Amino acid sequence: MTPEDLHGTVLKQQAKHGNYQHVFNVCMESGCVSCNSAAVVEALEAEVKKRGLQKTVCIKRVGCLCSCAQGPMVALDKGDTLYKAVTAADAPAMLDALDKGGRVEHLDFSSKQPFFSRQLKVVREHAGYFDPEDLDDSIRVGAYEALRKAVTEMTPTEVITEIANSGLRGRGGAGFPTGLKWSTVAKNPSTPKYVVCNGDEGDPGAFMDRSMMEGDPHRLIEGMAIAAYATGANRGFIYVRAEYPLAVKRLTRAINQATRTGLLGSRIFDTKFAFEIELRLGAGAFVCGEETSLLSSIEGQRGLPRPRPPFPANSGLFGKPTLINNVETYANIPTIINKSAAWFSSIGTAKSKGTKIFAISGKVHNTGLIEVPMGIPLRDIIFDIGGGIPGGKKFKAVQTGGPSGGCIPESQLDIPVDYESLMSVGSIMGSGGLIVMDETSNMVDVARFFMEFCMSESCGKCVPCRVGTYHMHEILQRIYDRQGTPQDLALLQELCDMVKNTSLCGLGQTAPNPVLSTLRYFKDEYTNLIHSTPTTEVLP
Amino acid sequence: MTMSPTTKPPAESLTLTIDGKDVSCRSGQTILDVARENDIDIPTLCQLDGLTTWGGCRLCLVEIAGSSKLFASCATQCTEGMNITTQSDRLLNYRRMILEMLFSERNHICAVCVSNGHCELQSMAQKLGVTHIHLPYRYPKLTVDSSQDRFRLDHNRCILCSRCVRVCGEIEGAHTKDLKGRGIKTFVINDLDQPWADAKSCTTCGKCVHVCPVGALTERGTAVSEMAKRRAFLPYLTSMREH
Amino acid sequence: MLQTQLPKPPSDDKRWRIVEVTMRRQGFDPHSLIEALHAVQQAFGYVDETAMKYVASCLRVPLSKVYGVVTFYHHFTLKPQGKHTCVVCMGTACYIKGNGENIKQLSAKYRIREGQTTPDGELSLVSARCIGACGLAPVSVIDGEVVGKSSADQLIATIERKLAK
Repeated sequence: MTPEDLHGTVLKQQAKHGNYQHVFNVCMESGCVSCNSAAVVEALEAEVKKRGLQKTVCIKRVGCLCSCAQGPMVALDKGDTLYKAVTAADAPAMLDALDKGGRVEHLDFSSKQPFFSRQLKVVREHAGYFDPEDLDDSIRVGAYEALRKAVTEMTPTEVITEIANSGLRGRGGAGFPTGLKWSTVAKNPSTPKYVVCNGDEGDPGAFMDRSMMEGDPHRLIEGMAIAAYATGANRGFIYVRAEYPLAVKRLTRAINQATRTGLLGSRIFDTKFAFEIELRLGAGAFVCGEETSLLSSIEGQRGLPRPRPPFPANSGLFGKPTLINNVETYANIPTIINKSAAWFSSIGTAKSKGTKIFAISGKVHNTGLIEVPMGIPLRDIIFDIGGGIPGGKKFKAVQTGGPSGGCIPESQLDIPVDYESLMSVGSIMGSGGLIVMDETSNMVDVARFFMEFCMSESCGKCVPCRVGTYHMHEILQRIYDRQGTPQDLALLQELCDMVKNTSLCGLGQTAPNPVLSTLRYFKDEYTNLIHSTPTTEVLP
Repeated sequence: MTMSPTTKPPAESLTLTIDGKDVSCRSGQTILDVARENDIDIPTLCQLDGLTTWGGCRLCLVEIAGSSKLFASCATQCTEGMNITTQSDRLLNYRRMILEMLFSERNHICAVCVSNGHCELQSMAQKLGVTHIHLPYRYPKLTVDSSQDRFRLDHNRCILCSRCVRVCGEIEGAHTKDLKGRGIKTFVINDLDQPWADAKSCTTCGKCVHVCPVGALTERGTAVSEMAKRRAFLPYLTSMREH
Repeated sequence: MLQTQLPKPPSDDKRWRIVEVTMRRQGFDPHSLIEALHAVQQAFGYVDETAMKYVASCLRVPLSKVYGVVTFYHHFTLKPQGKHTCVVCMGTACYIKGNGENIKQLSAKYRIREGQTTPDGELSLVSARCIGACGLAPVSVIDGEVVGKSSADQLIATIERKLAK
């Protein structure tokens, strides 16, 4: 594909779209598919055909429309009208409403509520309003324009400078400056180099990356291609969990489309730049989200982490310089190249730029996928966007960062969402799962749940994680079963400190976080279970 | 074979401080190498000269000034001006706890062990002053594989240091041994988790037995305290390969 | 490629063809071990000794390494699964919304623990680490069909329907 071809496709697709008076965007991501949105699409298509409206009404299979719990979701045109829990039987009514200019009352889902209005869509700017399985439709909304700009108008150094200036930090959780990572790989003289995408979204409660891969696979490919151009790599790997069959299917399809049309391969946009991408499937190991384990897994080995340094940027896949970024990080790249670093860094806080996508779930009214600017208070996310706690229950804690994160209590809800603030309250940004818990959740049980997770996901390579998570889980189980002693609590704290500081990789180093944060904010729940009579110990 | 100067630049000389002592080394050397050259003792269990670095036992963790993190000295290369502490109360506590974890993980009953008196775990515990284990013992029910004519694999004693796996794959080239499962359910296996005698790839060279730091891999027919290990072959073989 | 002769598949079963094609596509690269195992798991529903030996000899990977990899990853199973499978998601959102209790009840009802198959080979009960459908928590997947916002009774009803078929 040449730059002219890309432009031509955009014009052609836009013209085609101009003919439609109305577009029904039907969500076809995992959540809505499981509520049978495929039947809705078919019913709408049949109804359109029956009424002979094929030329004026378009039925589109799109990515996530945010409100996963209300599925199947349908958005009309630009999304001013949203329908929830649509069934195939509703198709005639939805088409009838078009003529009258009204809405179908019983399906109506207000698009004006804070769940939508408080969001700021940067990475997901077009998500839900184009067909991710259709390359031309993706190009219509701007796919590959940033890649064209990067390879035809910018030098690799300029691309890296732009990314560095944007202030983008890794969206996988740790928040390492992306530009710095890229320049380390770029500076390494050794070849070949690899670009790897970490799509092993293992944190329970996080599904932003799944949504990205299902709903906008071309954006991910484009981000990786730009990274490859900037760092001098010619081969890339996307590592996806096998638990995400739809994401695997759509990515495979997208890679094939891009390769067939020359957006991947050699002489991309008529330049010397060549890049190809292969998909690698995970096989059910949380530890493979850790970058060095992920590399072991791509090499066909047990997913064991390796000591760092050397960092993958210097010695990674097959011992070669390797750039590893998370799905959302790559998805940010095209926007930064298109709209400039200055524009991107105007969003967010001093140290955390841009937006973050969160998957909000648990005991909260509105569950689903949200994109918000960095720095928004946690309270706003839970009570405005999330709509608060259902059933008249009281909020107790919000869990961020999965098994590596912590539980944040009511008293800390006014902190802004950024890497440092979350760290200061004993949690981490993590990949973006937000699980809300109400007063019915027992925090010792929550800590036990996560420790059970870490114990069974520990790879077994290093002693502190292998044996330490076992002992911590035993103690938590004992306390939860009201068999614990004050000595158990002391030992638990000692183990937390030791495992955190001595483990080989991130899994072990962060495994104690859920325990430490619940001990910090909900110590009375532990002591209540230890002493038969409830104590009134003041929280620290 | 000697390295031609064009393939590798001459090693740069570095100076650094270990436990307050100024030392020098060549670039590319690990902290552990340099400490040992200077008679500074850092405890290790999984590391063995001649085998690739594993970094799993975490006993060799050291502090480096300017970082709050601890570093495995077996896997960390020296850099110019590094200021390293190998002994501190904090490190000693962690090291003791690691040994306690190993003792609690499986069934280490020294009094009846053929390796009693020749065991690295035992001597390490004595050296670091581990007098009692305040973690509850797991007492797992584990098997002993005595199918093989000459050697025995006793999972009760195994500390999963992976030395046997590495020596079998890297030095002997047989790769009979590997690890199965994960986490607390990790075990050393022969071929497809078969009785050792049925593992056709095994050459019965016995290298695994002699690199095993504990009484997990032993020669048959040894009685309590009789199983002393002989390691002289390893540096010999590695140097033969390098030159 | 220099391979003198490719090991023959263990039997005439056509599914070995799929496995061979997968390995061939990767040039019988030892690094593609996990891809090959995925092909076996998908074609046969499990990875047994025969399959491990075949893959090991094609890719020239030691047997112990293949076994180590198969047992490291949860996705691979050494034994055949039941005719029907119920996967209960144990992600955080599903757990706090009741799947911890659901799996206990399923376990009691069918007298199998998580990860086991009923003696008649009809039903396997499996837990998963978050299937990424947290918006519908608590979620289970019965024979590939996602069942969201479900109680134990609803799950049992669905399973019974599948078993009756």
